[in-house]
Amino acid sequence: MIDYSRVLNSKVCEIKPSGIRKFFDIAATMEDVISLGVGEPDFQTPWVIRKAGIMSLERGKTKYTSNRGLEKLREEISSYVNRKQKVKYNSQNEILVSVGGSEAIDAAIRAIVNAGDEVIIPQPSYVCYEPITMLSGGVPVIIETKAENDFKITPEELSSVITPKTKALILPYPCNPTGAVMERTDLEKIAEVLTGTDIIVISDEIYSELTFTGDGHVSIAEIDGMRERTVLISGFSKAFSMTGWRLGYACGPEEIIAQMTKIHQFAIMCAPTTAQYAAVEALTACDEAVADMKAEYDRRRKLMVAGFNRMGLECREPKGAFYTFPSIKSTGLSSDEFCEKLLESEHVAVVPGTAFGRGGEGFIRASYCYSAEHITEALDRIEIFIKKL
Amino acid sequence: MSTELLKLLSRNARYSIAQLADMLGASQADIEKQIKALEKDGVICGYKAVIDWDSIDNPFVSAIIEIKVVPKADLGFEDVAEKIASFDEVESVYLMSGGYDLNVVVKGKTLQDVAQFVARELATIDSVTSTATHFVMRRYKELDICLFEGEKDDRGNILI
Repeated sequence: MIDYSRVLNSKVCEIKPSGIRKFFDIAATMEDVISLGVGEPDFQTPWVIRKAGIMSLERGKTKYTSNRGLEKLREEISSYVNRKQKVKYNSQNEILVSVGGSEAIDAAIRAIVNAGDEVIIPQPSYVCYEPITMLSGGVPVIIETKAENDFKITPEELSSVITPKTKALILPYPCNPTGAVMERTDLEKIAEVLTGTDIIVISDEIYSELTFTGDGHVSIAEIDGMRERTVLISGFSKAFSMTGWRLGYACGPEEIIAQMTKIHQFAIMCAPTTAQYAAVEALTACDEAVADMKAEYDRRRKLMVAGFNRMGLECREPKGAFYTFPSIKSTGLSSDEFCEKLLESEHVAVVPGTAFGRGGEGFIRASYCYSAEHITEALDRIEIFIKKL
Repeated sequence: MSTELLKLLSRNARYSIAQLADMLGASQADIEKQIKALEKDGVICGYKAVIDWDSIDNPFVSAIIEIKVVPKADLGFEDVAEKIASFDEVESVYLMSGGYDLNVVVKGKTLQDVAQFVARELATIDSVTSTATHFVMRRYKELDICLFEGEKDDRGNILI
């Protein structure tokens, strides 16, 4: 008999599986369950994008592309990022097309982190940064962002955790699950702390199109002196409702992108070809479709925030992504208890804030990737649940 | 602002005042006032349920009638279009570009009812020169709403 504990990589084994798996399994057995748990758009990929994918198949475009991705797509990414974020990247050597934003995050961390290097990660945040850092032999250093700061990281918090071993800062804004965004003035303060260091910013901007502030999304790469120390990561999943196509990209200094491209080349070869052809259409012909989806998210966002506050669950206005992150502290329950009891008693699935790391206790994440009717039904049930407590 | 409100109501006329107010970031009193004004001005012409009559024992049939008309010197198509619209059997009347002039949707209890209505009431109007009747065999989509069962929400419960 093989003793698998001796066979397997110890770093992988150290990573705990997600605690909410069990929770989702229970939800799946309930017939009338109503979920606010899903983290992907409910809209169909716009038809013109799907058609472009189909056309590429009809024309037999089914071979590998170059490792970096189709040249045409890299050119379009370059002009799109320049149009939206006012940062220029050379399509020849400063852009890598990846399998979703996720793969770009993995490649960026692996390209930068040596064993023992510290990576600063704000939490609550998306669940991948900590395990990927650990797999690279890095040491995650967590900043627990605070509700009173609207879940932004402050320059003081950042300064206090920087050590000589700090290698990178993950900047996950607009933030899943908190909905926080970092506006230009916030980013300028962070840039001030980082200027003169060798700390690289891995800026996960996958939700950038879904920013509900007047100025829209600002990338830290736009701030003076930051482009040379930033890897900007984004993708097609959220903005264009293309989650299953698995396509993202990284933009950054040539030196970093070159190393990421090696990792990508050996692990992945190239991003899916059909998705790359479809994505060209997304970047060139879908501004209106994206704006329509965003307007609909905005209405649902307001509906949900008003609903939670009315029933007595304090809910700040999320400025980005497609989640609300209300406080459930007034109920006296822990996040896990709240979610389990809510599922059991009213058959509504939301995600406990604790699933997103430190600082999530006392909060739940409710997604508004659902119709207004669905959201209203879920909110009605949550209100009944709270009244019974 | 009222365009946004109208878009929401045209999607679902049964959104509550509270839902509309939340989604549009307005007060309930304001939404109520706007709806009253839109009704009074005839912008909102009515509210109806979209019903899939085929899903129950369908008590009527409907037909699309293509009508060719000789327009009158001073009234154009108005006179005849309004006359046709005034029949209870007529569901909608549109002036068309292309091969014929008026597109009229007529409903009745049976095929014979509709055929007789067309023959007796529409074809006999002075300026009507011809009619062509097309009976509806099955409805797939009505006022933006698909009448067949859509795909289920198959988004996986993975933690994203």
